[in-house]
Amino acid sequence: MLNLETAQSPHKLHRVAIEPVTRVEGHGKVTILLDEENRVHQVRLHIVEFRGFEVFIRGRPYWEVPVTVQRLCGICPVSHLLAATKAMDLIAGYGPLTPTAEKLRRLLHYGQIVQSHATHFFHLASPDLLLGFESEVAKRNVIGVAAAFPDLAKRGVLTRKFGQEVIRHIAGKRIHGTGVIPGGMNKALSVADRDWMRSGIDEIVDWSREAVGLVIQLHETNPEFYKSFGESRANMMGLVDKRGALDFYHGALRARDADGGPIFDQVDYATYKSVLQEDIKNWSYMKFPHIKTLGADKGWYRVGPLARVQVCDLMPTPLAEAERRTFLNLDGGKPLHGALMYHWARMIEMLHAAEMARELLDDPDIVGTDLMADKGPRRGEAVGVIEAPRGTLFHHYRAGDDDLVTYCNLIVSTTNNNQAMNEAIRAVAARFLSGREITEGLLNHIEVAIRAYDPCLSCATHALGQMPLEVDLVDAGGGLVSRARKG
Amino acid sequence: MRLVVFGWGNDARGDDGLGPLMLARVTRAAWPDVTTVEDFQLQIEHALDLDGAEAALFVDAGKDTPAPFAFIEIGPKRGDSHTTHALAPEAVLDVYARSLRRPPPPAFTLSMRGERFELGEGLSAKAAERLEAAWAFVQGLMRQRSVEDWRRKAGAPAR
Repeated sequence: MLNLETAQSPHKLHRVAIEPVTRVEGHGKVTILLDEENRVHQVRLHIVEFRGFEVFIRGRPYWEVPVTVQRLCGICPVSHLLAATKAMDLIAGYGPLTPTAEKLRRLLHYGQIVQSHATHFFHLASPDLLLGFESEVAKRNVIGVAAAFPDLAKRGVLTRKFGQEVIRHIAGKRIHGTGVIPGGMNKALSVADRDWMRSGIDEIVDWSREAVGLVIQLHETNPEFYKSFGESRANMMGLVDKRGALDFYHGALRARDADGGPIFDQVDYATYKSVLQEDIKNWSYMKFPHIKTLGADKGWYRVGPLARVQVCDLMPTPLAEAERRTFLNLDGGKPLHGALMYHWARMIEMLHAAEMARELLDDPDIVGTDLMADKGPRRGEAVGVIEAPRGTLFHHYRAGDDDLVTYCNLIVSTTNNNQAMNEAIRAVAARFLSGREITEGLLNHIEVAIRAYDPCLSCATHALGQMPLEVDLVDAGGGLVSRARKG
Repeated sequence: MRLVVFGWGNDARGDDGLGPLMLARVTRAAWPDVTTVEDFQLQIEHALDLDGAEAALFVDAGKDTPAPFAFIEIGPKRGDSHTTHALAPEAVLDVYARSLRRPPPPAFTLSMRGERFELGEGLSAKAAERLEAAWAFVQGLMRQRSVEDWRRKAGAPAR
C-alpha cells in the first residue's frame, strides 16, 4: 500500500485541486500536495456524498421507501429500488418471492446492468482506452483497433436504450417505476412485451461479446500499461450464491485478499456489521468501510466488476464464463488490480447480464401471473443487498410498530470503493505526476482512474449548467498560484 | 414543426423540480406535433428521442443562471466528465451526431433559475414565480413555432 495519504510536512507543499464548480450535481475533488521539487506527497479523493438521505427517509412509512429511494440516484434508481424492496419484503412480513416475481426482478436488474455498463464503456471508458494516453505509438495502435469498430457510439446508445426498455416494460415506467413492491411485483409481463425484448436480446449478447473482444484487442496494444495503470493491491468483496457463482441479485458475502486467498465466505448479508466496519475521516464526507478483522489500514476492499469477476468461482453463463477464464489467466492466475482492468471486467459482466436476460426471456415463468408472496407477521428490521452496476449496495432499515422508518443505513457501491479509489489515484499520481510539470494531460490520467471506477455521486439532482472541473495550484501559504478550468 | 421537449430533474429536491413541472404543463397543453420526454437526468439514449424531430427544447432548472430564465440556442459539444451520471443537452446532441452520423436538429435550452436544491424541499417562492414567467414565454414559443422565430427570441436572457 502506498503511503501517500498524509504528508509529513503539508505546510511546505503545493496543492493541486480538481474540483467542479457546482455542488448540486454531486462532485469529487482531487487534491494533490506537491513538495518544492514537484513530487507527490499527498493525494486525496474527496467525494461529497449526500448523507441527508438517511435522515430524510426516517419517519416515512416503510411502504413508501421503494419509491422514495429511486430519487436517491438518477443513474441507477433500479438498484436502490431493488435493494430497498428486498429489505421491505422482510419488514412487511413476506416470505420467499414467487418464481415469477423473482425472475421479473432479476430481469429488471440485468436490464439495468446492461444499460449502465454500456453507457460507461461506449461513451466514457472507450475514449480513455482509445485516446487517453501520451505515447504516440500507443495512440496509433489503439486508433487502428478503433477503426475496426466504427459503430461503437451507436451500439452504446442502442444497448443503453434496450436496457431502458427492459426497465420500462417491467417497472412500468423509465422513472418513478412502481412495478416492484414489497412482497413481489404488481404487474405481470405481457407476452407481447416479452416477445419484443426477446427479439432484441440476441443482438445485445453479440454486441457485448464483441465489446469484450475490443477490450482484449486494446489490451494487446500495450498489455503492461493497461495492467499496471492505477494498480493498487486490494481485498475484494462481492455476492456469490451457494455454489460460489456470481449473483447480481441475491447471495451471501464473500471476501478475498489481494492474492485471492479467503477472508470470509457465505456470510449472511443481514449480519454485514459483523464483518464490516464503517469509519469516518475528517477530510471526507464519505464513510470508509473496512473488513473488521483486518482493521482500517489493511481491511479496505474493492467492489464492482473487477472484484466480482475475481471473487466468484464462476459466472453461470457459458460465454461470460469463458471470457472470465481468459481474463483470470492474464497474469498467470494472479489477481488483477489495475484500474483499467475494470473496463475489461465490466464488459464480461455486461455479456453475463445479457446472457442471463436471454435465459429469463426464454423461461415461461417470466410471463406468469402469480406475483405476490405469502404474508406473515411484520418484522422490525431488515437488510437488503444487491450487486449494483458499480458494486455491492447495502440498504438497512428499522421500522416501528406505527410502520414508520426509525433507522436507515446505506452503504452505496462507491462508499465501499472509497479507499480503493483513493489508492488507485495515488498510484497514478505517484507514477505520472512526481517530478514533472502539472499539465492537463497528466491531470487527465487522474480523471481516467476515477472514471474507471465510475463513482456514484450525490447526483439525485441535476440543474442545468456545465460540470466543469477546476484545477487550482495553491502554494504552501494557501495562495492561488494558477487555475485551470476544464469543461 | 415536429418538436421534442425534454424536462428533467428531481421534484423531491426543491427547485430541481422546475424542469418536470414545466414539462407537465407542456404535456397537458397537448400541442400538436409535440413529444415530451421526462427523466431524472439526460443520458445517451435521449439522443434517439431526437430522431425525427425538427427542433428540440431542453427545459431544466438552472443554478446561478440568469433569472427568471434564459433561452438560448445550443449545438453539439462533447461531454467529457469524470462520471457517467448525467449529460448536458449539448452532449446529447453530440451523441446524436456521433451515433447517427448526421447533424442533430436545431436545439434550444430554457433554463429557469432555481435557488434551493436540498432533498425534501418544495419549490421556492422565487422559483414558482419564475415558472409562471417561463410558462408565459413557452406559450409564446408555441404560438410562433418556427426555428427562425425562436432564434430571434434566443440569446440574451429573456425577461
